Amino acid sequence: MNNTANFQVDVIIPTKTKYLHLIGSIGEHIAKDLEDFSGDREALAYHLNLVLTEATTNAIKHANSEDPKDTVRVNIDIHEKELVIRVYDHGQGFDLETVPDPEFNQLKENGMGLFFIRTLMDSVIYKNLEGCNMLEIKKLLV
Amino acid sequence: MNVTQEKINGIQVLYVKEERIDAHNSADLKDHLLTMIEQGESDIVVQMETVRFVDSSGLGALLSGFKHAEAKSGKLALANVQQQVLSMFELTRLNRIFEFHADVQDCFFQDD
Repeated sequence: MNNTANFQVDVIIPTKTKYLHLIGSIGEHIAKDLEDFSGDREALAYHLNLVLTEATTNAIKHANSEDPKDTVRVNIDIHEKELVIRVYDHGQGFDLETVPDPEFNQLKENGMGLFFIRTLMDSVIYKNLEGCNMLEIKKLLV
Repeated sequence: MNVTQEKINGIQVLYVKEERIDAHNSADLKDHLLTMIEQGESDIVVQMETVRFVDSSGLGALLSGFKHAEAKSGKLALANVQQQVLSMFELTRLNRIFEFHADVQDCFFQDD
């Protein structure tokens, strides 16, 4: 067992879209530095960048817009065979089950973000916790 | 958003000089395209050579431009789309809607 395979990245950012680049880049770097990943590393790097960007955008959109000091916390938990992304917001929350996949024959300009997360990752749940909400995304590293 | 524009053979070429199109700058791109179309420039090629990353809002901005250009009997096409970015169009099946060109010159010299 290689101990360096397990580590965690925890970032807290203001609810501003200018930090999306930073969060996305962290995902890209993690994918490129994974020690025992034999799949398509470039594709994984893009997908983690995208999923982190979409999840953080979602948290910023749902954030408490009346509080200028509101923050979004992004936690990435890296294990040998699995990567877990948790994005916490302090907004009203929403019901993930009620968000439909986009209609491909009549694509609208929004609503593709959660589709990307669902399609590119292995599981996604949204939970109301005490005082915040958490979007938890898992990706198997096989 | 950092963009430049030039008109070649009656077509407006919009060069997006950004590495990323995400929720931070996609509204700017959308507004820029809408302004061009409202000013009567509805034949547009968006050149994306430097763009390494597009998220759902970036796709949405391009789709918005496409729909508005089409409504004015124009066309919005894309050029120099990087492979990983192209895969996002494929995943959302937007590749069936947009016309893709290997580079800007291809838009003006087509066999068909």
